[in-house]
Amino acid sequence: MPGDVLPIRTSDDVVRVRQQTRVRALEAGLSLVDQTKIITAASELARNTLDYGGGGEVLIEPLQQLARRGVRLTFVDHGPGISDINQALTDGWSSGGGLGLGLSGAKRLSNEFSIHSVVGEGTTVMIARWR
Amino acid sequence: MDRIPILKLGRALLVTIQVDMHDRLATALEEDLSAKIVASGARGVLIDISGLDLVDSFMGRMLDNIAAVSRMLDAETVVVGMRPAVAITLVELGLELSGVKTALNVERGMALIQTRLTETGLEDADLGEDGP
Repeated sequence: MPGDVLPIRTSDDVVRVRQQTRVRALEAGLSLVDQTKIITAASELARNTLDYGGGGEVLIEPLQQLARRGVRLTFVDHGPGISDINQALTDGWSSGGGLGLGLSGAKRLSNEFSIHSVVGEGTTVMIARWR
Repeated sequence: MDRIPILKLGRALLVTIQVDMHDRLATALEEDLSAKIVASGARGVLIDISGLDLVDSFMGRMLDNIAAVSRMLDAETVVVGMRPAVAITLVELGLELSGVKTALNVERGMALIQTRLTETGLEDADLGEDGP
């Protein structure tokens, strides 16, 4: 199934990521609460990509497994990377001026979560929410 | 640049957030609101978020900041109209907006501000009237 690749270079791009995630979440038939969760998670990760990754892009894909549908988002940046992922996943820990809820919050709001980061090369974060 | 309108409602200010907020708009709102609190002598700020289908940590921090700045300028902030799905998501996100008062709607938010003014003995006049 086709997905959308959106750039994340400005604050306006974060808004567009939310809007496109909403479109895909609706198509997947997610409940209102689940839509809200995945859009909020998308917003957190898009902002991380912008603020900490120096910008990047997101791939938004519809998912289908038999009768089950969902949406998957993969955020990619080529920023400094994260040296201690466990620390970055701790509530309240932030390397910047944020609240430190971005990564851990996005993980809690998703059914699937994975992160891969190489210092000096960048970070990839994947989340998915199923109906 | 876009600006979010701030309406005067008796001794309070009412801000209705309907658009998808981006950084500049949020920063402009904080500045406009603090200036207007001082200029109008408002004792309360109502932020209506019933039009928002999500509040992320960026927005949450903005609401917390507005409440903190307003408090320093002697005005109480009440966030009103939060949708149920937004409340569920915020709690799961780990953001409970502990520095912000909430009310179900504008009417109850106004009542909350009025109660505070009466209790502190600073105001016994009706909130709806512009006192001296």
